[in-house]
Amino acid sequence: MTRYIIRRLLQFIPVVFISTLIVYALVFAIPGDPIRALAGDRAMSEAVQESLREQYNLNDPFIVQYAKYMWGVFTALDFGTTFQGRPVLDIITQRLPVTLQLAGVTFVVQAIIGVIAGALAAINRDRFLDRLVQVSTVVVVAMPVLVIAFLLQLTFGLNLGWFPISGTGQGLRSFILPAIALGAVSMAMIARLLRSELLDALQSDYVRTATAKGLTRSRVIGRHGMRNSMIPVVTFMGADLATMMSGTILVETIFNLPGLGEQVFSSIQAQEGTVVVGIVTLFVLFFVVINLIVDIIYGLLDPRIRYE
Amino acid sequence: MTADIPNDVVDDAPLLEVRDLQVEFRTKAGVAQAINGLNFTLHSGETLAILGESGSGKSVTAQTIMGILDMPPGHIAGGEIRYRGEDLLQMPEEQRRKLRGMDISMIFQDALSSLNPVLPVGWQIAEMFRVHLGFNRKDARARAVEMMQKVGIPAAEKRVWDFPHQFSGGMRQRIMIAMAISLDPDVLIADEPTTALDVTVQAQVMSLLQELQMESRMGLILITHDLGVVADVADKIAVMYSGRVMESADVYTIYARTAHPYTKGLLDSIPRIDAEGEKLKAIPGLPPSLTALPPGCPFSPRCEFATELCREERPELREIAPGHRSACHHAEKIHAMSEEAQNEPA
Repeated sequence: MTRYIIRRLLQFIPVVFISTLIVYALVFAIPGDPIRALAGDRAMSEAVQESLREQYNLNDPFIVQYAKYMWGVFTALDFGTTFQGRPVLDIITQRLPVTLQLAGVTFVVQAIIGVIAGALAAINRDRFLDRLVQVSTVVVVAMPVLVIAFLLQLTFGLNLGWFPISGTGQGLRSFILPAIALGAVSMAMIARLLRSELLDALQSDYVRTATAKGLTRSRVIGRHGMRNSMIPVVTFMGADLATMMSGTILVETIFNLPGLGEQVFSSIQAQEGTVVVGIVTLFVLFFVVINLIVDIIYGLLDPRIRYE
Repeated sequence: MTADIPNDVVDDAPLLEVRDLQVEFRTKAGVAQAINGLNFTLHSGETLAILGESGSGKSVTAQTIMGILDMPPGHIAGGEIRYRGEDLLQMPEEQRRKLRGMDISMIFQDALSSLNPVLPVGWQIAEMFRVHLGFNRKDARARAVEMMQKVGIPAAEKRVWDFPHQFSGGMRQRIMIAMAISLDPDVLIADEPTTALDVTVQAQVMSLLQELQMESRMGLILITHDLGVVADVADKIAVMYSGRVMESADVYTIYARTAHPYTKGLLDSIPRIDAEGEKLKAIPGLPPSLTALPPGCPFSPRCEFATELCREERPELREIAPGHRSACHHAEKIHAMSEEAQNEPA
């Protein structure tokens, strides 16, 4: 097991390098001159522009810029500074809690609603509840997140007034609508995945054995059916937690939450390459770490899986 | 519930009595009559073998008695299943659930798929004690180890938290047996318990079942298609075909003096070591579709003795000698032929 984890950690190195290189290249390729953008309408002397370019390594060839940046990240945890001189790490530590809160609420909401809906659908196969879950999940999956977000804001924010539609002023309540918007598609996927897994399990030999043992129906489903059906669902939820990060860019912007996603969006607009690369690097690290954890949990849930 | 019945009465009265049982499957392709008027009785300490090929309704019989038949598509169209005089089919589900595992228990063909793959075997056995008798975890675990020792699992104490896939096929079937008999049931239904096993392991598992039966005097229903297994352990045999009993009698009578062409065909199709060079005799044709049974005897299309009568009128199961029943219009003729073959000097 330890050897497996070490091997997986070693695999992180190329993944992190390649993905950051791609992000760096994309930011590099954004048309326009960031220094001119910084100056805006005001006049800026050539000398100042040149010294700024020198300071931010903008005169170096692309690959040298990238190497200098990565060197800073791994030797001094230096993610660079913004053009205003603020360390990127500072921005990250300030905005991370908002994103983590959003991710946490989203994870809990989609897990609870998705699992309950999926289980109810499977138990009531072909009856009303099942059809309801089937139809509503298709609708949710087919709808763009943008539309879901605006519908939620309009209905529960403006018309009903139950939840705030902007900012983090009301603590956990502020995160409910963004979390539903961010987790809606995954929630539907979880429900559908669990439904089909549980239907399979309920027709399996071991569930028939459990019934023949004289267990109550709820125990047969809860202990024997669900125990097996949840394995792929947990795997999905883990992997989804990692991809959720990119969803925060859109949702945090719509709901005006000062998190990492919103920062990425505004930094792209401001052509603040260092900030974008810094945050996206963090997302990549988050992604690979979560995936490793998911694989380890998978091994714990299913005794037939052994890691060498 | 059963404690007030004196022992001697229990031995006389049948433990389990199936009367005119009819089970159908209602599918889009039509109604398949899986069981058409099944009758048998089982006494304490007795082994009844239900013999038949695939689709003869033997597994459906087992599942109907256990109450684990999938309904729908399954549907019980009539009859009764009396356990100690009480009709299981009229019983409320909750009462019936409590009987399962406690009084009537079952083991399945494929122990690998029938045991839960993600739960330790000891846990699965202990669950019987926890659910039915309210044992705590520790006591239930101790009893699970005892049961594993009883069915001959080596180093049971160490292996109690192992998972099903970590055992061999024979050991898995022993675990299945340990689980089924842990609460000392009166009736054990074994649905093809040895079909998935090697021949040597088959013999071990069958003798384990016999030993356990001797010890507890439980009634055993052995469902199989294997005539070899039946000959060694069964007291009575019911031969099923197309959801009906074709012939029933004690083992010796079935083997020596069969009175049904189907049974005769089955016996003739056993390869014999002394019949060198002879072609293996197989029953020609296939069993009829259960959605379109012929009006007469279901075996008549494949039967070498079939006459016009057989194709038109369905023969009832009738007693042709004490304890020997056959559902054939020509039972007497077949019976006489078998007698003759017996008396022939070898």
